Amino acid sequence: MSSTLPAPAPAPAPAPAAAASSAVRGFVIDRNNGQPQLPGSLHTNRRLGQWLSLAEPGVVRVFTGKVELGQGILTALQLIVAEELDVPLQAVRLHSATTASGPDEGMTSGSLSVQDSGGALRHACAEVRGMALQRAADRTGLPVERIGLRDGQFFGPQGEHLGDYAALLSDADLDTEYAGLFAPKPAAQRRLLGRADTPRIDLADKLFGHARYLHDLRLPAMQHGRVLRAPTLLARLATPPEALASALPAGVKGWADGNFVAVVAATEHAAEAAAARLQATLAWTPGPPLPDEHTLPAFLRAAEHSTTVPAERGDTTWPADGDQHRAEYFKPYLAHASIGPSCAVACWDGRQLEVWTHSQGIHNLRDDLVLALADRPTPVKKHDITVHHVEGAGCYGHNGADDVAFDAVLMALACPGQPVRVLWSRADELAHSPLGAAHLVALQARLDDSGQLTHWQHELWANGYSSRPGRATTPALLAASQRAGGVALPLSINPPLAAGGGADRNAVPAYTLPNLKVINHRLTVMPLRTSAMRALGAYANVFAIESFVDEIAHARGESPLDFRRRHLQDPRSLAVLDEVVARSTWWAGRAGAAEGTGHGLAWARYKNTGAWCAVLARVQVGHDVRVLNLDLAVDVGMVVDRDGVINQIEGGALQSLSWTLKEQVHFDAQGVTSTDWPGYPVLRFAEVPEVAVHVIDRPDEPPLGAGEAAQGPLAAALANAVYDALGLRLRCLPLSADNLLRAIHAGDGGH
Amino acid sequence: MFEINGQLCTLELDEKRNLLSVLRDELGLSGPKFGCGEGECGACVVLVDGQPQTSCNLPLWAVQGHQVTTLEGLGTPAAPHPLQTAFLHERAAQCGYCVAGIVTAAAALLARQPRPSREDIVQALDKHLCRCGAQQRMLRAIQRAAAAAAPPA
Repeated sequence: MSSTLPAPAPAPAPAPAAAASSAVRGFVIDRNNGQPQLPGSLHTNRRLGQWLSLAEPGVVRVFTGKVELGQGILTALQLIVAEELDVPLQAVRLHSATTASGPDEGMTSGSLSVQDSGGALRHACAEVRGMALQRAADRTGLPVERIGLRDGQFFGPQGEHLGDYAALLSDADLDTEYAGLFAPKPAAQRRLLGRADTPRIDLADKLFGHARYLHDLRLPAMQHGRVLRAPTLLARLATPPEALASALPAGVKGWADGNFVAVVAATEHAAEAAAARLQATLAWTPGPPLPDEHTLPAFLRAAEHSTTVPAERGDTTWPADGDQHRAEYFKPYLAHASIGPSCAVACWDGRQLEVWTHSQGIHNLRDDLVLALADRPTPVKKHDITVHHVEGAGCYGHNGADDVAFDAVLMALACPGQPVRVLWSRADELAHSPLGAAHLVALQARLDDSGQLTHWQHELWANGYSSRPGRATTPALLAASQRAGGVALPLSINPPLAAGGGADRNAVPAYTLPNLKVINHRLTVMPLRTSAMRALGAYANVFAIESFVDEIAHARGESPLDFRRRHLQDPRSLAVLDEVVARSTWWAGRAGAAEGTGHGLAWARYKNTGAWCAVLARVQVGHDVRVLNLDLAVDVGMVVDRDGVINQIEGGALQSLSWTLKEQVHFDAQGVTSTDWPGYPVLRFAEVPEVAVHVIDRPDEPPLGAGEAAQGPLAAALANAVYDALGLRLRCLPLSADNLLRAIHAGDGGH
Repeated sequence: MFEINGQLCTLELDEKRNLLSVLRDELGLSGPKFGCGEGECGACVVLVDGQPQTSCNLPLWAVQGHQVTTLEGLGTPAAPHPLQTAFLHERAAQCGYCVAGIVTAAAALLARQPRPSREDIVQALDKHLCRCGAQQRMLRAIQRAAAAAAPPA
């Protein structure tokens, strides 16, 4: 049977033994479980009925374990299903993920949803289509080739109607494992994939103000909760718990459980008012001081860490001769900075716990809820917890979504029978969500006499890039560490490089490098909580590598594009560079640019296994950096939703522009101080350049995610453009007016 | 007493309450969103007598006797505002959390200036943050709506 399986998407390189045995949920689908390989998440959710239901005539119900984050995944999956089943788009109803039913696909992260969920649905639907055609053939006695299928209706050779999917197959027929008997459509037969004119599933609700977001969920008798958060992970409540009651208005419930302080009221404004009143009376004993924000690179280098060598090849000794280059690059802590603060609703009926969340991993969250509630006299068991995903504001990684869900659970347990909705404040969202890690990279390279790169070393210092729930033996939920008897949050870790890596994501350059070493120093202290933020380490590493390559090319008096091209062999890498240069309307005219105008180029293949993306940037540098134009070329293999790809690349580029020019988390010894939008400024409309995205469609290649491909190359393209404009190398992010001045005074971009 | 999307609202409420909380909690509207509570992100923007205002920091007394319009009041799926049509056409959002405020502010702009330049639009949206980076397609959608609503003579 397995010989008839269609070729699955290429599996990631085998993980080292240690990584494979410790494989944890969501870093990658564990394909080494002894079962025959199946495409995407079918591998771990093998029954067709886990993905599809045909019970209702004219409707195909689709279940996915991936969640809508604003990236348009539901729309992409709808297209895939309508394409393979040949049903109208409107017939396809996508159901948001819930632990109560449907596939478990771990996390929605790492730009893997089109591969994992899309790959599974594409093959599952091809199978169901084949089964239905076979059933129609069996019923009529006709050969399968003579059965027609149009808009979900089956026809005989004379045009006689043979019914729809629901008439031919029942859900009992889908209660079977995917057998791989029928292959998905070849590119030439597709009518929907790759188009750009299909509507986004979720957008109409959002544009007419319908209650679609979790923030809009209103349940009968719903109570409203607020948390009064300790300023740092280790600060302790100094106010005696009994003093809290006197500060609370009548009718408002409030309590302290260790360092976790909560209020619950019947209305949101009452909860808000009570929290404000209580806040004024609370005193905290500071924890150990946070490091000095202004000397972070030195802190990262000196902090306790554990060192690994995730990649090494060729010579281990560094020759003394040749053309030698060295430089250091730095990225500060970044905030996810969702526009909507994290929100959750929970309800406890005395036996069952129901949670509504915008978490990226509902199963992981449930696992951590079980861990966090294990200390109760009657622990809440996994099968007593249901977690539903409801859309929230864009999160861009592990923000406060999971933490606020546990906040809501704690309050719901204190208010049995009543749903409790908790909304974080803007300050909570900016200060208490996990942050993107500060990250220092030291690069060195050697070229031989012919100008060919021979040796390369990438050494980095950073906290781990993941402290998501559901992966450690103790809970990763903020309140779990703050309650009485709580244990410290687990240190952030890095996924293995074979699963895309964390801090070392994209630390291996794609260039021809015979001798290479990557050294990853993961901090084993975590003064500020770090976790997954879009692109993980790829943002800092690609910024560093692509800036460094630019520096080397300029030092040699060589065109940065030519230097890159002659160190590349992969045709798709070369194609994405050539495409962006060929398609840009302004790049060719850069020689005559006005003073203060600069042009920069950079590229990367995300995770070295994902999408290829090349960026051209044109900037104007005065007292600060203003971006005029961005052109991006992207190769995501088979294009599912063309406008979805463009939207992700465009959005990824603009968000990265914001990170790169403006963003850094500020803090003093006692906590994060950038707790509002003036303190943590992000991109404004006036700063938006013209962005052009050029998509290379490869209909015969497997599809790849687009959400994280642009960020790293964009940062380097901007830094390279600033160098082109001023002859000044900025190696310290953000490329702000302050860092520009510092670099001018220092004579270079050193930090 | 004030008018909300064309209907009279006569709730007896603490006049110091912010308008957003009344719109969402008492009136059950979902269009205007809470983003910051300080009037710094624009997610909660509504029209007061046709002028865009952040509702999260606007006390109820300030709208007494005035007309308040939210996203819901601009149009419906059956009778959409040209901006709603254009935003759908351009798929001008990612998560869409900021879009209610942006569409509402843009409606005020188009009402006073039917053919705004890109610069005019950028200025009108100066208050509004979009974290997903959908600004370029929003600018395009607003220009499309302007062209649809006010075709050249």
